[in-house]
Amino acid sequence: MTIRNQPLIMTQTVLQSRGINKYFKDPVRVQVLKNIGFSVNQGEFVSVTGKSGCGKSTLLYILSTMDTDYEGDLLIDGDLMRGKSEGQLARIRNEKIGFVFQFHYLLNEFTVLKNVMLPGLKLQKYPEAEVEHRAMERLKTLGIAELAAKKANQLSGGEKQRVAIARALINDPIIIMGDEPTGNLDKKNSDIVFDIFKQLCEEFKQTLLIVTHDQSFAGNTNRIIEMEDGQIIHE
Amino acid sequence: MNYKLIVDIARSLLLARWRQSLVAAIGVTFSITMFIALLGFMNGLNDLLDGLILNRTPHVRLFNEIKPNPKQPVDQSADFKNSHNFIRSVKSSGVRVEISNSAAIMQALKTDPRVLGLAPKITAPVLYNSGTIDITGAVSGIDVIAESNLFFFSDYVTTGEPLDLKNISNSIVLGKGVAEKLLVDIGDVVQVTTSKGDRLPLKVVGFFESGIRDFDKVQSFASMATTQKLLRQSNSYVTDIQIKLKNLDQAPVVAKEYAQLFQTDAEDIQTANSQFETGSFVRTLISYVVGITLLIVAGFGIYNILNMMIYEKMDTIAILKATGFSGGDVRKIFLGIALTIGFLGGLLGLVFGFLLSLLIDQIPFNTAALPTIKTYPVNYNPVFYIIGIVFALITTYLAGFFPARKASAVDPVIIIRGK
Repeated sequence: MTIRNQPLIMTQTVLQSRGINKYFKDPVRVQVLKNIGFSVNQGEFVSVTGKSGCGKSTLLYILSTMDTDYEGDLLIDGDLMRGKSEGQLARIRNEKIGFVFQFHYLLNEFTVLKNVMLPGLKLQKYPEAEVEHRAMERLKTLGIAELAAKKANQLSGGEKQRVAIARALINDPIIIMGDEPTGNLDKKNSDIVFDIFKQLCEEFKQTLLIVTHDQSFAGNTNRIIEMEDGQIIHE
Repeated sequence: MNYKLIVDIARSLLLARWRQSLVAAIGVTFSITMFIALLGFMNGLNDLLDGLILNRTPHVRLFNEIKPNPKQPVDQSADFKNSHNFIRSVKSSGVRVEISNSAAIMQALKTDPRVLGLAPKITAPVLYNSGTIDITGAVSGIDVIAESNLFFFSDYVTTGEPLDLKNISNSIVLGKGVAEKLLVDIGDVVQVTTSKGDRLPLKVVGFFESGIRDFDKVQSFASMATTQKLLRQSNSYVTDIQIKLKNLDQAPVVAKEYAQLFQTDAEDIQTANSQFETGSFVRTLISYVVGITLLIVAGFGIYNILNMMIYEKMDTIAILKATGFSGGDVRKIFLGIALTIGFLGGLLGLVFGFLLSLLIDQIPFNTAALPTIKTYPVNYNPVFYIIGIVFALITTYLAGFFPARKASAVDPVIIIRGK
C-alpha cells in the first residue's frame, strides 16, 4: 500500500499553533486555554495528555478547525486558518485531517466499505471505483477487509474503531487526530489500535496527534505534550 | 458539487426512516389528491354553469335597440344650439329592428380574423294558439347549422331532429314548457300569431330544453326562412347578428368597434352576464384555498418528521461535518429528503387525484334542468396537475427549509464532546 509519497525533508512542519487562547463564555468567562504554542512535524507521533478538564480536547477541536472561536493563530500545512469560510474549513478537514474519535461515529445506514469511502467521495479527487479500491486497500492493511460488506452496527467496538481509522486514512491526510481513540476499548483492542498507529507512523511516516489520558499509550509515543489548567506544562 | 453523493446520503437517510417518510409522503399525496379532485370537480361545475348561459350567449351581439332618437330636432336647430333643451314626452321612434345591410355586415365580419363565427337571428314575439287559449311567447329564427356549431343548439333539442327545422318548411322546435302547455307532440301542428295579426300553422319537429324553465315556457325556434315568412319579411331580414370571438376577453373592445362601424347597437358578453364571471371566480378561489390549506397541513407533517429525523441523526450530521462535509452539503441533504417526499408524494397525488376525478365523473347526476348531463362534470385541465405538483414542491421545500437550516448549523464539537 502506498499511502503518500513522503517528502524527503522530515522536519517539515505540518501543524503549528501560535499563542492560542480560548475562553468559555457561558455562564461566566473562563479561560480554558492559555497561550498554547507548539508545532507538529511531518512523521511525528505526538500524544497530548493531562487530567480531565485540562483543556486537551478543547485544544484538539481548535486544531481540527471545527472550533473557530479562539484567539491566536493556527497553521495547517503552512496555511493560516483564520478568516477561512466554513466551506473552506470543511474542505481542509476533508483533505488534510483524518479523525478518530472516542466513539466510533460510523454511519449505521451504510456498509463498512461505504463508511470508509464517504470522505473520499466527498473529496472527488479520484473516481468512485478508485475510491472503492483505495478503501479496500486500507481495510486490508488494518486486517478487516472481510467486514467490508457488513453494516456498521453489526461490528464489535474494536472493529468499529479500526473502520474509523481506515476512514481517517482514505484521503491520505497530512495528519491524523485522535480524541481518546482507545478510551472506550478494552486492553486488547486498545493495544491493537495503538499498534496500528505505531505501524502507520513507522511504516508510512504518518503524522499523528492523539489526545489521551492513558499514560501507557502516551508513554509509547515519540513525543508527549502534557497539559494542566489550559497550559502546556511539560514537553 | 458532488450531487451524486448528496443524493446517495439523502436516500440512505430517507430509507433508514422509511415509515415516517412514507407517512409524510402520504400526507402530501392526500392533499394533492384532494386538490386535484376538488379543482377538477369545481371547474367542471363552473364550466357546466357557465355553459348554461355563456355557451348560448354570443360574445358580441349586433342589434337595433328600440329607444328614442338621440338627435331630437330641437338639438339640430341653430337657434337653440347653446341652450339646454328640455323635451317632454319623447317617444321611441319607429326605428327598424331590422339590421340594415345585414348581408354586407356579415360578409365583413367573416373576414375579421378575431371572429370565430357568426349566426344571424330573427326574434319575433308571437302568440301560440291552442283551442281557446293564447300563450305569449317568442320565436327565434335561426340558421340551424351555424347555431349548432357556435351555440350548441342541437345539444338542447332533447326530442326530435334539429336538422328537420332546416329541411322541413314551416316547422318549429317548441320549448318543452310551451309544448306541455299546448299539449302537443311531435308531428302536431301549432298555430302561431304574430304581433301584427298574421297567423301561420307550423309543424312541431322537436322539443327544446335549455335547463332554464322560464325560458322554455316562452321560447321556440324556427328556421330563418320560416320566421321571415311568418313576419312577412324579405329573405334579407335579420334582427340580430350573434358573433363568437376567438378570444372572449376581446368582446368589450370589439363590441365598441362594431357599434361604431356598423351603426348598430352592440352588446358584449361581459356586460350581458357579468354575474357569471363572479360566480366562477369565487368557486375557483374556494377550491384553491381548500387545496392550499391541505398542503400546508401536509407541510407541517413534513416539517415535524424532518425535525425528528435531525434530532435522531445528530451524530450522523456531526460526523459528516467532521469528515469534511460543509453546512451547505448537510442542508442540501435534508432539503433533498424533503423534496423527494414532496415530489413522490405529489406525483402519487396526481395519479390518485386523476383516479378520483374519473370516479366522480362516473357518479350519475340527472336533472331535468340539464338534459345533456348524465354524470357529475369534471374538468381534466392539465394546468391543475402542473399547479398541484408545483405547490407540492414549494410546500415541501418550505417545510424542509427550516429543519435543513437547523441541521446545517449543528456544531459537531458539541455533539462529539457531548458523549
